[in-house]
Amino acid sequence: MTTAKAKRGSFVPNFTSRLTPPLIALILAIVLFLLGGVISPGFVNANQAINIVRLAAFLGIIAAGQTLVIISGGEGIDLSVASVVTLGAILTFRLTDGQDALILPVLGLVMLVGAGIGLVNGLGIVFLRIPPLVMTLAMAGVVQGVILQVTRGELEGETPDLMRTLIAQPLIGPIPGVIFLWIGLGIAMWLLLERTPYGKMLFAVGINRTTAMLSGVRVPLVVVLTYAMSGMLAAFGGFVLLGFTDIVFLNLGGRYLFPSIAAVVVGGTLLSGGKGSYWGTMSGALVLQLINSLLQAQGLPEATQSIILGVVLLVLISIYGRQRAFRL
Amino acid sequence: MNQANFRRLLARNSYLFALLLLIVVVLINYSRQDNLFDPSVLNRNIRVFLPLAILAVGQAIVIIGGGIDLSVGAMVSLCNALLVTWITPETAGGDILLAIGLVALVGMAAGLLNGIAVAYLRLQPIVTTYATSFIFAGLALTILPRPGGQLPSDMTGLYRRLIEVEAFANIPIIQDISILREIPPAFIVIAIILLLWAFLRQTRLVQYIYASGDNAEAAYTTGIPVQRIRLGTYVISGFFAAMAALALTMSLGSGSPTSGDAMTLDSIVAVVLGGTRLRGGQGGIAGAMMGVVILGVIRNIISFYDVPTWSQTLVDALIILIALAGPGFVRYVSDLIRRYRLQGGRAA
Repeated sequence: MTTAKAKRGSFVPNFTSRLTPPLIALILAIVLFLLGGVISPGFVNANQAINIVRLAAFLGIIAAGQTLVIISGGEGIDLSVASVVTLGAILTFRLTDGQDALILPVLGLVMLVGAGIGLVNGLGIVFLRIPPLVMTLAMAGVVQGVILQVTRGELEGETPDLMRTLIAQPLIGPIPGVIFLWIGLGIAMWLLLERTPYGKMLFAVGINRTTAMLSGVRVPLVVVLTYAMSGMLAAFGGFVLLGFTDIVFLNLGGRYLFPSIAAVVVGGTLLSGGKGSYWGTMSGALVLQLINSLLQAQGLPEATQSIILGVVLLVLISIYGRQRAFRL
Repeated sequence: MNQANFRRLLARNSYLFALLLLIVVVLINYSRQDNLFDPSVLNRNIRVFLPLAILAVGQAIVIIGGGIDLSVGAMVSLCNALLVTWITPETAGGDILLAIGLVALVGMAAGLLNGIAVAYLRLQPIVTTYATSFIFAGLALTILPRPGGQLPSDMTGLYRRLIEVEAFANIPIIQDISILREIPPAFIVIAIILLLWAFLRQTRLVQYIYASGDNAEAAYTTGIPVQRIRLGTYVISGFFAAMAALALTMSLGSGSPTSGDAMTLDSIVAVVLGGTRLRGGQGGIAGAMMGVVILGVIRNIISFYDVPTWSQTLVDALIILIALAGPGFVRYVSDLIRRYRLQGGRAA
């Protein structure tokens, strides 16, 4: 018994098998950070670290719903997150109009609106069988259209002081509230995915919808619920983002759209569904933010930054984003 | 029985719905713009649609082969930047052709990079082509840091003339048949692409593309070189992106490092509107072209119905959403009716 175990447990294979994508991403994030110190002295310090985690937190929160949708499989993807983020921020900005007392009710409303948008996505995908990519893309257009129609480009309102204090400014010691919020969301997502029936069903649906259905999972319900949650989390992301940006503009969420997908993939969640974790997405968001900050710290021209980002992304996804080889 | 036939008809002719939709939107457009079918108006429209139509052909071929290409827009920007850098108003005719040839090669090289990453490194198409789009966009920005450049007026004139009646009016056969004289040459360009496709559709190569997209494992088992075929679809897409950039550059007369960016998602929506499913293995380029025209005509309608500026995005998106939901809605309702009838039959 013990000899067999010793034979199997030779250090290297055991170590590599434990080296899951989220862990690789996290190690990569630390290496990148230290690398930053080598390239430009002064990059490595506590303030910088906190700042990077803070920026990554916004991407991470916005990518939470994306993680769920991608795990649900069936080409699942949510391209409406960006405009829902924008909508969430604009709604909070307008409706609170700077009043601290209105923060909680408005947050509730914002998340409800986000969930509603996600619900429509899910219904269209499940019952009208519109491919998720185009369904959520069209929905993004509709949401953007509603924003334009209602605001007519005039974005009046104010960010409540309390939100600024709680989210972006140092809350406990030098650490801003958004980081605690992110950690809290991380724990909630872990519980949701690993410790609830919904989580189990979500993975089952992502692996194979037919077998999930035959095992008694109500597949349509799970999928619709997942898109609704994605919308809700994106709207929440917009709410949080407002605490950081202070102002809103019509394309506030735009730059988070594809990074939210990249963070999920870099974190080892398979785009084909059924496998993944939010903890991976968190590491992925850290890696992406680090690459961004590193490139910016070098003072490279925008064009060069873009090329390097593309190459780094290609390298990252080729480490473990590979699909199965064909076999006879 | 009729119901079943109808369903089978829809399933077999995936772009039947696209065709219906096309007729509807064209009629709506016509009701507001009664000179829509004048050759000059048709010309102008097709001239605007052509770059996206060419791009959508490449996108459709990638999607049929089981992939997706999110880098097409960035490839158009890159090729557009190269074209206006290599071609100035002083460039001689031979050098212009050389530049166009080189741009086509650049497009194919960009497609090759996508293809190698997806087919041989086995990376997931969505993120791969998203990553490479940063590379292409960065290159475009390096080559052409800010909008500018100018094409020789001969070239922009050629694009207009080619797509107007006069250019072909002197050809004897066209001169003799009055109907042919009325057909805008842009339609002839599109007809040539469609005929070429109809011919290629019968070839083994294109059958392989469909087979690879439908079920890659099965295709591989039957000896189809799936990896080479996938690689090929991305190279084709790169080539069409270069040609789309040529059409775009000729119609604009100048360049911008972000000129093609917005075209990526439009090209995918057009392919889906045309009845091609994103899973691959089904559909065609005729549908994709119809999708492009539908998208274009929707935007025409919006401008002719005097939709207020602030509502245009919403109206545009809602119509697209309804169009996308159409086939699914028909299927859903006919499913409901069938189920109702079955139950009724059992009760009786």
